[in-house]
Amino acid sequence: MSEEIPSEVQSWIGQRLYEEHGDFPVEMGYVWSSCASVENGNPIYWDEAVAGQITGGPIAPPTMISVWFRPHHWAPGRTQQAQPLQVHFDLKEKLGLPEAVMTDNTITFGEPVRPGDRLRTHQVLRSVSAPKTTKLGDGRFWVIDVIYQNQKGEHVGTETYTGFGYRRSA
Amino acid sequence: MQVRSRTLDQVKEGDALPELACDVTATTVVLGALASRDWRPMHHDKDFAVERNGVQDIFLNTPNQAAWFERYLTDWTGPKGRLGKIRFRMKASVFPGDRMVFRGTVARVATDDHGCGWADVEVNLSVDERTVTDCTARIALPTGEDDNPWQRHGADWQPDAAPL
Repeated sequence: MSEEIPSEVQSWIGQRLYEEHGDFPVEMGYVWSSCASVENGNPIYWDEAVAGQITGGPIAPPTMISVWFRPHHWAPGRTQQAQPLQVHFDLKEKLGLPEAVMTDNTITFGEPVRPGDRLRTHQVLRSVSAPKTTKLGDGRFWVIDVIYQNQKGEHVGTETYTGFGYRRSA
Repeated sequence: MQVRSRTLDQVKEGDALPELACDVTATTVVLGALASRDWRPMHHDKDFAVERNGVQDIFLNTPNQAAWFERYLTDWTGPKGRLGKIRFRMKASVFPGDRMVFRGTVARVATDDHGCGWADVEVNLSVDERTVTDCTARIALPTGEDDNPWQRHGADWQPDAAPL
């Protein structure tokens, strides 16, 4: 593998990429499904009076941040499966690395997300490493930030993914 | 409804959080995947998971693991506990039939320049005493009965101020 990062990939670093809006407004149905799935009885999600007192009204659990951006499984007129984290797939293609795994996931939370919010997101490629060899194969590590904002432009969260794209060892 | 939350003065470095155990079923996995809008077949189709992913069964998806960590942490803090940052690294998968065990230890307690109280907690998720996921979380706790981290906005909310 060449040491050099292709100039097209180099040009993506630090740029605001793939600005998107969520398919639907934040809603409590998914909040309750999520809480039910992990038996989360936190009263700020189940009791409006407690939510009013503590969080100024209902909110969504912070870790649900990426839920609001996963595309519908099907939508009328759509011909291609929509991909979350498109930069990751672009990197695999441009760097010729057919396999990839996520090694690390960090989420920083900002303003609370509330029912009715229309969130938007963009992705920023932070870095691409020099070629590395791991037990999986030869490839490169990369770091991608996914930045989430609400309809008022307030920061609600940033997810940072470290990926390793690789070609299996022969 | 009377709700109580843990305050920062009740927490110190080295404190252990109560252990949480959960027996995972296929329903746990599918419910978690669908609640997080993750339609990928390895989280609901056993044949796909076995034949395409080469694993024994369907397995818990990443966002649902994050939801489990959040629940574990806020069970401990109470409702005023506000998650600031979470980092996790998955080393293995959780399958139906597994008994998940969450254990946590307070690694650091601090008050930042804006008066916000924080606890950094190391959480370990294991199955049969084998680590599945390591997680580090930073969660804000009220500094007294009258404090509420959820009322912090803008410059007063800085979960990134110190390295996690």
